[in-house]
Amino acid sequence: MIPELGHFALILALCLALVQAGFGLAGAFWRREDWMAVTRPAVAGHFVFVALAFGCLVASFVANDFSLHYVAMNSNSALPTFYRVAAVWGAHEGSLLLWIVVLAAWTLAVAIFSRGLPTPFGARVLAVLGLISAGFMTFTLATSNPFLRLMPAAADGNDLNPLLQDFALAIHPPILYTGYVGLAVAFSFAIAAMLEGRLDQHWARWTRPWTTVAWMFLTIGIALGSWWAYYELGWGGWWFWDPVENASFMPWLIATALIHSLAVTEKRGLFKSWTLLLAILGFSLSLLGTFLVRSGVLTSVHAFATDPARGLFVLIFLFLSIGGALALYAWRAPKLGSSSGFEMWSRESFLLFNNILLVVAAGLILFGTLYPIFVEWLQLPKVSIGAPWFTWAFLAPMLPLIALLGFGMHAAWKHARMAQHKKPLLIGLGLALLAAIVIAVAVFGSAAVLTIVGLTAGLWLLYSSLRDPIARMRRGHSLSPSVLGMAIAHFGVGLFVIGVTGVESYKIQKDMPMRPGDVAEVGGYQFAFRGLRNVNGPNYVAVEGEFRVTRGDREIATLHPQKRMYRVQQGAMTEAGISVGWTRDLFVALGEDLGAGAWSVRVQYKPLIRYIWLGALIMALGGIVATTDRRYRTVKASEPVSQGAGAPAGGVAT
Amino acid sequence: MWKYVLPLAGFGLLVVAFYFGLQRNPSVIPSPLIGKPAPVFSLPNLHDPQAQVSNANYRGRPYLLNVWGTWCVGCRQEHDLLNEIAQSSPVPMIGLNWKDDSELAKAWLEQLGNPYAATAVDQEGRVAIDWGVYGAPETFLVSADGQILHKHVAPLTREIWERDFVPKISAAIGIPAPAAAGAQP
Repeated sequence: MIPELGHFALILALCLALVQAGFGLAGAFWRREDWMAVTRPAVAGHFVFVALAFGCLVASFVANDFSLHYVAMNSNSALPTFYRVAAVWGAHEGSLLLWIVVLAAWTLAVAIFSRGLPTPFGARVLAVLGLISAGFMTFTLATSNPFLRLMPAAADGNDLNPLLQDFALAIHPPILYTGYVGLAVAFSFAIAAMLEGRLDQHWARWTRPWTTVAWMFLTIGIALGSWWAYYELGWGGWWFWDPVENASFMPWLIATALIHSLAVTEKRGLFKSWTLLLAILGFSLSLLGTFLVRSGVLTSVHAFATDPARGLFVLIFLFLSIGGALALYAWRAPKLGSSSGFEMWSRESFLLFNNILLVVAAGLILFGTLYPIFVEWLQLPKVSIGAPWFTWAFLAPMLPLIALLGFGMHAAWKHARMAQHKKPLLIGLGLALLAAIVIAVAVFGSAAVLTIVGLTAGLWLLYSSLRDPIARMRRGHSLSPSVLGMAIAHFGVGLFVIGVTGVESYKIQKDMPMRPGDVAEVGGYQFAFRGLRNVNGPNYVAVEGEFRVTRGDREIATLHPQKRMYRVQQGAMTEAGISVGWTRDLFVALGEDLGAGAWSVRVQYKPLIRYIWLGALIMALGGIVATTDRRYRTVKASEPVSQGAGAPAGGVAT
Repeated sequence: MWKYVLPLAGFGLLVVAFYFGLQRNPSVIPSPLIGKPAPVFSLPNLHDPQAQVSNANYRGRPYLLNVWGTWCVGCRQEHDLLNEIAQSSPVPMIGLNWKDDSELAKAWLEQLGNPYAATAVDQEGRVAIDWGVYGAPETFLVSADGQILHKHVAPLTREIWERDFVPKISAAIGIPAPAAAGAQP
């Protein structure tokens, strides 16, 4: 009964989304206030029914309803309740429903917090969001329905993939989706502006906080995914340039460019076409990512489904939505034009380079990710594109970007007087270089060029981002959240760079057979293999090793890596034993039973790796702080507004 | 002016590429061995390690070779279908137990049913390498004169069996292919 209720609720939600879209667009076009007034209630109803549908699916999982095909495929009676809930989004159909719920929630938030928007504009934004939601719901109902029954019902389920039976599954997809899907808001704002034929600084000010919050969630979501892969997969890697990882990273790069481009449009009314294009591209890449992981066009360890029929549906949806948006762009963007200029040394030019470099990076990653498809189609040479390409494709634009970032933070709008900043920044650079060399040689004992460059860049960024806030505080000025947020976020970037440089330059990994009683020496630490014991988990059995870690005569930690065998899916899983520290991680994983009491063991020394995720979290923190700035508080509709955006005479601008 | 159309044009190209990409079947990895002679092997018999199982003994009639292991989830998925096929199909199925534990393998067959006319144990995986196997399960159809007619990667389903294997088997043994799917539940 409950699944049928959920199914029906989803259908109702689809109807309401179509109402939302239809009345919103028609009402704005024909200037019918009563039609436009339908959108907000429609949004509320849409959200209620989507939430109801999602709730029914969750209830089915918790109640172990194996008469539902989706539940039978992804759950099991021995699965702990926590994972039963998380299993809802563990596979294709359920994750789509999560996507839809998240979109409905964002739409509701926009409806609630955007009363200050001119009515036609607001109606158009909600309408576009409704169209996107309708598209996804149609896709779900037509090809990926989680509420399909299994006749006869299964006695028990197939269990959740053991790789997913982890705390991170509970939070990584929802947070990532909140970011991914949140870019739809910026997209909708862009479409609404293009439909109206008008884009001004107010538009930028409205769009900015929504985009920053979405960007923030995306940052945290990606960092979570990386952290999870690190401790769950047992190899100690934190990024694999897997197509699905790239599918989330490309929107992030574009979203980063977007939040900076919005700053220029808001402050100076410039970069309008850039900002529009970035807003379209950001969400387009999100949609593209959704397509890639579900259509079978690319293989990936992460792929949800390899179903060409579904793929075709998504492709048509992509064609209509992104194609439509880009067509609108081709039509409207030329008319936007900007009148103000800026000098070569100005904040604007730094941000222009920022835009270009980030887009180039995203483009190169896109090329690498899609290359296998082009190989078949255009009969290109069958070269395998992997980590080496992506690493260089990413570093090449990023290194200049970091250099520009250090200076650009201090550049003034329109005409930057860099003279006063040049000396302190260059001194800072010199000190950073010195510190980098000292760290590299004295602490780690080796210094490759790229290592020095990376450490210098990271340290210099730390210095550069703190310089301005500290100077302001010294002068007695208050720190606006915008300035503080920017400083924090860029500080986070510095930490990230240091973390990546440290771990990639100085990580040590050893695979070796060990018997109880053996001691391995890695990175100055001793790992003593004490012994093994058997462990019984709720739905698995495991062999657990005990490793005592010391440094000289100082006791560091005792680690318990496990090799688990999940009963239902008969799959083996490695749980690594990790010692977390401020300066390094120590990582032990059990490999294979080699017989005669010996096991293959992987021991890793990972210096500075935590700063990768800490850096990302601090970047996100900077984002939240910046969003709390007073100027983003809701603007009352009656507030006098300059730049001619006043009268809600939406209409159609020719 | 033209630069504003560029993104749309680029996207159009991408859509075409994706459409093309969807036509490819990702599970069709062309096997270089199709049409070539099947490698001859002689391996210990799972149920009688002193005896050997060799595909040379099957010369003169078509046979199926199924690569499997107890560690392989997909093999578990297709096993019931293999049992059905073994009962209804005119060609014998040889099992290639790949990189597995023989005790576990025997227990598995005892518990779940044994569809194989004979099971060969490829502990080290050398024979699998010769056959171009890179994952389990894989199912090969070999002709009466020892040529590989077809290879299927991933668990066998009834649709794939009927679409890809049955016509070729019928052709191989010289009888017309059966009309419809039969009264299978």
